[in-house]
Amino acid sequence: MSYRKEQFESVTLQNTEQQEMLASNTGFFKDAFTRFATNKGALIGLIFITIILGLALIGPSITPHIYNEVITTNINLPPRIPFLENFGIFNGFWEGIDVYAKKGFDDLYYWFGADGLGRDLWSRVWMGTRISFLVAFVAVMIDVAIGITYGLVSGYFGGKVDLVMQRLVEVISGIPNLVVVILLVLVLKPGLVSIIFALMITGWISMSRVVRSQVLKLKEMEYILAARTLGASSFVIILKEILPNIMGQIIVMTMFSIPNAIFYESFLAFVGLGLQPPLASLGVLISTGYQSMLIYPHMVIYPVIVLSILMLSFNLMADGLRDAFDPKMKGF
Amino acid sequence: MFKYINKRLVWSIITLGTILFILFLLLQFMPGTPFNDEKLTPQTLAIMNAKYGLDQPFMTRLWIFYSNVITKFDFGISMAIQKNWPVGDLVLPRLGISVRIGLQALLLGTFNGILLGVLSASKRNTWIDTLATILAILGVSIPSYVFALTLSYFLGYKIQIFDIIFNYKDPFFSSLLPTIALSMFIMAQTTRFLRTELIEVLGSDYIKLVEAKGVSKFKIIYKHGLRNALISVVTILGPLTVNLLTGSLVVEKVYAVPGIGSMLVNGILTNDYNVIMMIAFIYSALYIAMNLFVDILYGIIDPRIRVAKGG
Repeated sequence: MSYRKEQFESVTLQNTEQQEMLASNTGFFKDAFTRFATNKGALIGLIFITIILGLALIGPSITPHIYNEVITTNINLPPRIPFLENFGIFNGFWEGIDVYAKKGFDDLYYWFGADGLGRDLWSRVWMGTRISFLVAFVAVMIDVAIGITYGLVSGYFGGKVDLVMQRLVEVISGIPNLVVVILLVLVLKPGLVSIIFALMITGWISMSRVVRSQVLKLKEMEYILAARTLGASSFVIILKEILPNIMGQIIVMTMFSIPNAIFYESFLAFVGLGLQPPLASLGVLISTGYQSMLIYPHMVIYPVIVLSILMLSFNLMADGLRDAFDPKMKGF
Repeated sequence: MFKYINKRLVWSIITLGTILFILFLLLQFMPGTPFNDEKLTPQTLAIMNAKYGLDQPFMTRLWIFYSNVITKFDFGISMAIQKNWPVGDLVLPRLGISVRIGLQALLLGTFNGILLGVLSASKRNTWIDTLATILAILGVSIPSYVFALTLSYFLGYKIQIFDIIFNYKDPFFSSLLPTIALSMFIMAQTTRFLRTELIEVLGSDYIKLVEAKGVSKFKIIYKHGLRNALISVVTILGPLTVNLLTGSLVVEKVYAVPGIGSMLVNGILTNDYNVIMMIAFIYSALYIAMNLFVDILYGIIDPRIRVAKGG
């Protein structure tokens, strides 16, 4: 018995219809981007981060003053900005006296004032922001790398490996970060490297947990089984099949770690374990400025504002990213 | 349940033991010796070393350290803050005020947080919700010492309602500003968490049923919604404790509160290692105890957890 083609009628969609449906399909990241772009808070955060990053890069070089130049005649000068001074703000007045006029500095402008050693605060604030960014980014990048690797290995291989690795995490996470960071910085002597190291040691745990739980979920999926059946090695499966699919969560976690690292760095400075001169971070500026806060509030106000806006922007952006990548994901 | 509590207890003890070991190791690497008085002769030094067992081999010293800490809670002597005083006598009397401010902040923060969370979830997408959300994101982002500095500058210095620094004679009134500064983060986290939870609970079927029965909105939120949403708020108590500990250091420093946080900062500034060790240990123990408490409490409140974790 033989069949002819004409006897049959196709019940599937026509090719053209299929193509129409494909056209409206958006990829995961594009979808996330669209959602992110409609989030007002996240966009504000992104704009402020860009502005602050820009100022951190060019800020110190658009003023004639040098950030670590000690000028004893200019000690404690209040802020003064051209043009704005005509409106009663940033006019170089301190407790009702025009300090600049009194000292005979007519053409001198310290935009954020000068500190107790006569150093320009404008350039110091932006140099400090630079350092804070540097510490945060380096620490976060390293701990993200460690956290991802640890989580992938622990989650993917499971069994005894997972058991041992998770017990270790349990014990480590039982110690408050605060204690670990303080003790490590003490033993290693305060400095850029030891602060980054301490932040790195404590930062990877939460990342590894998120990655592990995602891997546990993904590795039972059929497409992983398919890949394994086709003979893909563990390494290839982890790198090509699992990692791209948890990228969203990783990005969100990273965005939450950055403000955390910036906070810890400033916190360490505040308790006296900060960077050593001539380096100055926002935290160092705040902790030195606060000692004369009641007399010269300008010394603490600007670093505090920059730090607060920075933290706020990163948090807003991280929130936005979380909603964008996974509208249902919550928790902190 | 008992099996679960037992397991958690054992792990807590293991963690504390590990912390002690890490502290002991770090103590070996700390620069300086406990006896840095220049007037000490070599003979006295030898006697002192023998007295504190520092001439013993590593394992013996480790054993002595453990037994001193466990049986006598003895972390050695202070090297800088009060020379040659036992650290315990310095630190323990200060514990009270720190715990007090911490608890006050926890109470104030969770109370305000629950209030704001309920308000913003029940008046969703109104200006109240927006305001609560803004307050919450501010509280989460801005470090507690910034709040502390702002409060002490405006309320303490400009308006002069409160004392700028802690006043022994009026411990409650002068602990208000540190409490508020510390509670901001707690308030913010509770608000955020409760809002999400409550919105989810209020959207569930059993709430719809209650609504259909004609129960008032107030009753729905307080009797049916809040109860269920609050269960999960218990889980963030752990992270909140971490923040309280961190915050206590800086806030106590800003207000010169005679607590263990400011003593730790002093210890760091003067390299008083034994003081640092002891306070680090207390902080770790508090943190572990809080985590244990939260897990057990959670198991008691929510029977599903109890079944899932075995017991």
